[in-house]
Formats: sequence, C-alpha cells, structure tokens
Amino acid sequence: MSGATFLQNLFNGLMFGGLYALLAVGYTMVYGILRLINFAHGDIMMMGVYFAFYASLAGAPLWLSVLIGIFGAAFLGFLIDRVAYKPLRNAPRISALITAIGMSFFLESIAVVVFGAVPKSFTAVFNENNKWLLDKTWNIGGARIPVLTFIVFLITALIFMLLFWIVYRTKIGMAMRAISSDIPTTSLMGINVDMVIGFTFALGSAMAAAGGIMWAMRYPNVFPYMGFMPGLKAFIAAVLGGIGSIPGAVVGGFLLGLLEIFLVALMPSAAGYRDAFAFIILIVILLIKPDGLLGKKSVVKV
Amino acid sequence: MKKLFLAVVLILSLVLFANIKIGVVLPMTGGIAAFGEMSWQGIELAHEMYPEVLGEKIDLVLVDNRSEKTEAANAVSRVIDKEKVVAIIGEVASAHSLAGGAVAERKHIPMLTSSSTNPLVTNRKKYVSRVCFIDPYQGAAAAIFAYKNLNAKKAAVFIDVEQDYSVGLANFFKKKFQELGGNYFIEFFKTGDQEFSAQLTDAINKNPDVLYITGYYPEISLFARQARMLGFKGPILAGDGAEAPELIKIGGDAVEGLYYTTHFHPKGAATEMTKVFVEKFKEKYGSEPGAMHALGFDAYLVLRKAIEIAGKADPKAIAKAIRQVKNFPGATGMITINKNGDAEKSVVIDMVKNGEFTYVTTINQQIINFIKNSFPGSSGVFY
Repeated sequence: MSGATFLQNLFNGLMFGGLYALLAVGYTMVYGILRLINFAHGDIMMMGVYFAFYASLAGAPLWLSVLIGIFGAAFLGFLIDRVAYKPLRNAPRISALITAIGMSFFLESIAVVVFGAVPKSFTAVFNENNKWLLDKTWNIGGARIPVLTFIVFLITALIFMLLFWIVYRTKIGMAMRAISSDIPTTSLMGINVDMVIGFTFALGSAMAAAGGIMWAMRYPNVFPYMGFMPGLKAFIAAVLGGIGSIPGAVVGGFLLGLLEIFLVALMPSAAGYRDAFAFIILIVILLIKPDGLLGKKSVVKV
Repeated sequence: MKKLFLAVVLILSLVLFANIKIGVVLPMTGGIAAFGEMSWQGIELAHEMYPEVLGEKIDLVLVDNRSEKTEAANAVSRVIDKEKVVAIIGEVASAHSLAGGAVAERKHIPMLTSSSTNPLVTNRKKYVSRVCFIDPYQGAAAAIFAYKNLNAKKAAVFIDVEQDYSVGLANFFKKKFQELGGNYFIEFFKTGDQEFSAQLTDAINKNPDVLYITGYYPEISLFARQARMLGFKGPILAGDGAEAPELIKIGGDAVEGLYYTTHFHPKGAATEMTKVFVEKFKEKYGSEPGAMHALGFDAYLVLRKAIEIAGKADPKAIAKAIRQVKNFPGATGMITINKNGDAEKSVVIDMVKNGEFTYVTTINQQIINFIKNSFPGSSGVFY
C-alpha cells in the first residue's frame, strides 16, 4: 500500500470512526447509568436527521436546521425515557431491554408512516453557498480528503470536550456518575434521579443526532431504517471500548471505523462481508475480554 | 332440501360472481422502496384502464416485503394462503423473486415478475415468468456500450454480494467485455453499505477507464459521490437498478453523465401502447414514466392477457397461458414470452443529463448474436 493510499484510507477510517464514536457514547452513558442497552439509540439518530431535514425544507437556514435536529432528538430521547423506560425502573432488566427493542421498531415504523419509506436526499438541506460542505475535497500528500472529514473531526472533538466537561466538572455530571454507581443511595442524597436519567438520555440523543446529521452529509440517503446498522455498529464500538466507559466508547468508535476501512483496503475481496467482520469482533471481544479495552472489571456483589 | 338448495346457490354465486384476485408483492418500504412505489403506480394505472377480464372485476391485493428476502417469501405465502389469489405480480429485485418464486412454484400459483432480470428467477420453474429481458442481454449490452461507445479497455466491476441480480449482471458483463478484448477487475460491496471509499481507493489506483456498478440506486448514488470525491473522472456505468429519481436526488452532480442499461424510455416509443401509456401516466401522476412504471404496467397487462387466453381464472391454466403470449403490444415494446418464461426484448441505454434520464441508444441485434454464440444450439434464446 503506497503512502497516499494509506493516508486516504486512514482519513476515511477516522471519519467513519468519528461518526461511530458519537453514537457509541450515547449507548455507553445510558448503559453506565441504567445497565440498559438502549437499542432505540440508532433510531433516535434517524429521527434527528429527519427533524433537521424537514426544518430545512420548511425554510430554516442550515445552522438552525442542525440545531432543531439536535434539540428535537434530545427532547425525543427524554420523552422516550419518560414514557417507555421510567415505568420499568424496578422491573427485571430484560423487560427494559425488550422495551428498547420495541421502541426501536416503533420509531422505524412511525417514520415509515409519517415521513414515507422512499429515501430522501439530504443534499436538499444545502444551497449553492454551502454545498461545498458536501463534496469539496483537499489534496493532501496525494490523497483527496473531503473537507467534511475535518469538520467531523472538529465537531466531534468539540462535542467530546463539552461532554467531558459536563460529566466531570458540573453538578449534574457528578450526579450522573453517582447514579451510575448506586441509584438508591444517590436518591437518598436528595438528587432527583429521574431528572438526571432523563438528562442523560437527552444528552446521548443530542450527540446521536449530531453524529447522524454529519452521517447524512457524508451519505445523503435518509430513510427510516438508516439508524439500524449504524446503531448496531456503535453498540459494537461501545462494547469494544468497554461499555459504561465514555473514553472507551470514543476509542472503540474510532477503532471500529479504522478496522472496517482497513479490512476492505487490505482484503478487497472480503469487502462484502464487512458487517460480518464487525460482528465477529463483537463475539471475540465478548469471549476474551468482555469488559472491553477500557472497561472496568465488574464485580458482582452477592 | 330448501336449505341445501340455498347453500348451493350461495356457493355458486360466490364462485360465479367472485372477483378475480391478484396478489401484488412489492418492496414498498426499505432500501429499494422507490422501485416498489414505481411498479405499483404502473400496475395501478393498468388496473384503472383495464379493470376487468372475462367479464369479472380484478381485485389487486398489495403486500409489502420491506426489501427483504425472507419477507418476500412470507409475503408470497400470505397472498396465496390467506388471500387465495389466482396469480401474483412481483417481485422487483431478483433475490426477492427467487425467494418468493420458490414458494409460488411449490404452491402452483403463477407469479409474473415485472423487473427481476437474473436468469435463475425463472430457471426450471413452471409458474414463474417475467415481462423483462434477462441479465445476459443487459450485461452484454453494457459491455458492448462500454467497449465500443465509451472506448473503455479496462473496467472496474463492482459486485453486490447480497444480490443475485448484481452477481449475474457482473458475470455476463465480464464475459462479453473480455470477448471484445477488454480486461477487468472486480471489487465487492453489500446492500446497505454506505462507505465505499476503501474499495474505490483500491479501484482508482488501478486506473480503470470505466466503473461498472451492478447494484441498486441507493448504493450507486453513494458510489458515484465518493468516486468523484476521490478524483475519478471517467464514465460510470450501471444496470437498470439505477433508474429511480432518488439516484439523481441523492447522487446530485456526481451522477451527471452516468450511463445505465434499461428497458424503456418514453422518447424511444416502441408501440401504440407506449404512447397511450405515457399520455395516461402523465395525466394521472403528472410526471414522465420510467422503466419500472412501464414494466409494472406491462406485467398487469400480460397477466390479464394470459387470463384471457386461459379462458378461466385457474392458476395452472394461467401459468401455461403466460408463456403463450406472443407479440403483445406493451408499453415497453412487443412482448413475446418464450417457453422458459422470459421476455425477449432489446436493451435501451440511458444517461443522466442535466439531472434527467435521457435516451442514448438501443442495443439490439448484437446482443442476440452474443447469446447465440455463448449458448450454442439456441436460437437467440437463453436456456
């Protein structure tokens, strides 16, 4: 592999991975707090993209549509927690998991009914002035890198900085961390646990929508099932990095993106089996290191 | 005695006055929902124009299969077992028609697909037929066009490992392209993939003259975008899986100049029925029809014609009659269904020009010769 080709694949992999990372963090935050795998996460991302798409069709400028998408998804995440998961806080974990799967199907189906099944093009969100965001490329060391790649890096970095600040430097972040270790005790300390959990859902959903909107800029094919595969992949990324660990999800996302791209780059004949490869990673990780790369060893107290 | 008589009359009237039920199995949601939607519009228009056969009304029962193989088989079972249809129109994608066709064959219900072009769809089946050409025609036409019209000597062929359509198309293209003197290499992808930069980086490093992408429009449009971003300047060629407005909406400038092989273009009017169809279609939907619309339209008309030939709404007789349809004027041209259940037709080449599907040329005699040479002993018909 020549230097330019390597560089090309490296940047493509990092961009792909950045999008996974944004999604994976949402999984990991919810898991860290509720021990719940929120399978509807990918579909919340899809909803966020549709919100942004329709906001733009209604005449909102690009920045406003993106914000509407992000805040719409955040509100939806909050609402889903209230309606679907909150009544099950004390139910067995499997009930909440099945509810999450049901919620995923529900969101997909409602999107088919409301938005239609035929794919929409996200390019409609852009006009002549900002179309360069979609397809302008820079020539770097013989590789052609889409400008979008750098925008994804920048925004992903900003979002993660914001996230780490919230989780480690603010009161609500402290509450989130407290809840993740012990819910009943935290509530005894006078913390409104449901509010904090709702906030976690909103935060994770907002990041999913941000990732989804950038995903739609790179792959402008918007359809009701668009969140399904990325959602599963982000779940793999979260497990790979150690589910429950936020830095782990970031690392896992980038790693999975790079692995997928380099698998195809090094073994082009295996390109059709990229998804299978991702799931094999999941199985291998679960077999040999179930806590993931950066996860804490979980001790089950008897 | 009176009761018995009443019962007999009731049953008789049910049998005599029952409408003829035809199942329609299409991908109305999921990846290739646009194809389902277009075929359905064509079928609906035909149904509106000719709602009756043998003096009875035809009822259409539409079932969605979410663009999935297993669902296609389930949907076919459902229309047969639950809705008791006498015949089925569908599916669009070859992989779906293969899955659904196996069920129809087993249950002895005729199935007429509008646009599944893979040869295996009707192979060794008595009940599955189609109103479109098969991939040897299409793949060979693409090869001839790439070699002669585009002057391509080296082709990158992209194969969707999940689609029988794609694998077949690529194989026939490779065969003909090599025969003409060109060479090729292959790359792979899978339905639902969105990131193709790694395959494209690999392909572009090998300096191909043309990219032949044998998938469906969601993947083709993203392929085109990413290929142009990676700096590929040559022509891109595709099969009939490209022809959906979404290709242009999603692909944007990147699909400008993309060529594809297809069944029909309103500008290349073939029969009187083409004119009627185009006119009625514009009246009803307010836009120009595409190949999928025309094929859906033809599938309904051919099935109706077959019921007429059979003289009764009996599945077995209809299945037989479908293959007796000769020189039937459809929207896509004169339709003759051979004894294998395949239609014999010429291949149209279109391109995207100024954001519209534009007629380029028709490839006819050369294809028939290719088929003859490739499969000796046959009279221009693929066995």
